Amino acid sequence: MLRLHCPHCDELRDEEEFSYAGEAYIPRPSAPESVDDATWGDYLFMRRNTKGWFWEQWQHGAACRKVFAVRRNTATYEISGTWTLEEGKPLFLAETRGEAA
Amino acid sequence: MQGQKYSAWSLFKHGLRHHKTWEPAWRRAKLQPAYDVVIIGGGGHGLATAYYLAKNHKVGRIAVLEKGYLGGGNTARNTTIVRSNYLWDEAAAIYEHGMKLWEGLTEDLNFNVMFSQRGVFNLGHTLQDMRDIERRVNANRLQGIDAFVLNTAEVKEKIPQLNCSKSSRYPVLGASWQPRAGIAHHDAVARGFARAASRLGVDLIENCEVTGLDVEGGKVRGVQTSQGYVKAGRVGCVAAGHSSVLARMAGLRLPVESHPLQAFVSESMQRVIDTVIMSNAVHGYLSQSDKGELVIGAGIDGYLGYGQRGSPHVIDHTAAAIIELFPQFSRVRMNRQWGGIVDVCPDACPIISKTSVQGLYFNCGWGTGGFKATPGSGHVFAHTIAHDQPHPLAAPFAIDRFHSGHLIDEHGAAGVAH
Repeated sequence: MLRLHCPHCDELRDEEEFSYAGEAYIPRPSAPESVDDATWGDYLFMRRNTKGWFWEQWQHGAACRKVFAVRRNTATYEISGTWTLEEGKPLFLAETRGEAA
Repeated sequence: MQGQKYSAWSLFKHGLRHHKTWEPAWRRAKLQPAYDVVIIGGGGHGLATAYYLAKNHKVGRIAVLEKGYLGGGNTARNTTIVRSNYLWDEAAAIYEHGMKLWEGLTEDLNFNVMFSQRGVFNLGHTLQDMRDIERRVNANRLQGIDAFVLNTAEVKEKIPQLNCSKSSRYPVLGASWQPRAGIAHHDAVARGFARAASRLGVDLIENCEVTGLDVEGGKVRGVQTSQGYVKAGRVGCVAAGHSSVLARMAGLRLPVESHPLQAFVSESMQRVIDTVIMSNAVHGYLSQSDKGELVIGAGIDGYLGYGQRGSPHVIDHTAAAIIELFPQFSRVRMNRQWGGIVDVCPDACPIISKTSVQGLYFNCGWGTGGFKATPGSGHVFAHTIAHDQPHPLAAPFAIDRFHSGHLIDEHGAAGVAH
């Protein structure tokens, strides 16, 4: 059972209080009506699916119901930290700078 | 075909020599520096692909590279259900193609895969469940697949152990029934395909992890492995949960997400369940192996995971579902529990596809439903690789459907919560 520290509630809670909300920080095309099908399809469906350290979203459904960012190792399930989406984004960008999606 | 044939006569003959003259089921081949076709992934699908390539197509020298031991991934970890009762024509066709191959597989491979057509029941617990069941059964009948809608009394008559009480929280209102569906032995399937492929000259290489894909000028040239570089004319990637890891080596993106999928078995006991029972609503699915173990499967863990393990509350919820359906199992002890890594696609359908890299092909995304597809998947993927064109049954599952929008949504028929 994973235990996650909700940054909004400032509490460590059991996994069952949360639901998974997928890969974090996927950039949404700013003008959806003007991108081609491949670009839109990539945004909707293509995923990093990283084996290793990964930025993902969880939602605290049983309490504050807010979504937040978690950096977790998908192979070992170790969690290096949790942040609000706003706090986590610069860390994510610094880590993935230059990396292919 | 090299090697010894298994038969009543050979059993008798070797028995006279105290069974000391049996050869290993497959050759421990030495990795060669070059092959015409390299299959990455030595699970059921990869071994089946190699077998059908060697049997049906003239492609030259074939190797299967497996980073662990053959069939040690999801093939070792599934709940062994075989069926073809999906909804959409494209999906039903490929699963039914597999079903027909299952029906002759033991004879074809000269290896007992223990395929038992004991039927599958997909239970309905709400009016909407029953409407969905009627729709899917009608679709199956139009597709030429055996399917029946049963009411509560008919289900109870066929599965006397099932709790069909009207006072259940989610009472059984009926079920779909596919009589030709059933189970097969997961390890036997891997070993059967491995032996048959090896006898046809395929090199099976274990403990050989692919660490890089050599792509030059838009074409695949070879693979980097933990045992050295291998030149390859064509490369087929059949690595299930690790598909995205491989794709990244060629600069490709996939719509796949790898999740833990857990299962567990009980202690061996007298046979009381002679079919396969699945419930979407209550959420669990079960059968009983010939060894007497209840084989029970759960929904996926919600998070991405490559650890071949998941969280315990998933097991709790599934055990609760099973006891709701079969109250007399509440005292049965569970013996063993494990997880696999399922490569799930957004539409719960696979990817069997050429890629933008010439000579590089992917067969993945089977998610929670790969075992049943083992022979069908291998057969059409072999054709795709050999002809450099998708087999007609594989064509709807090209990766470009995620750009065209032509998804094939089988979440309902997948029978496993995503």
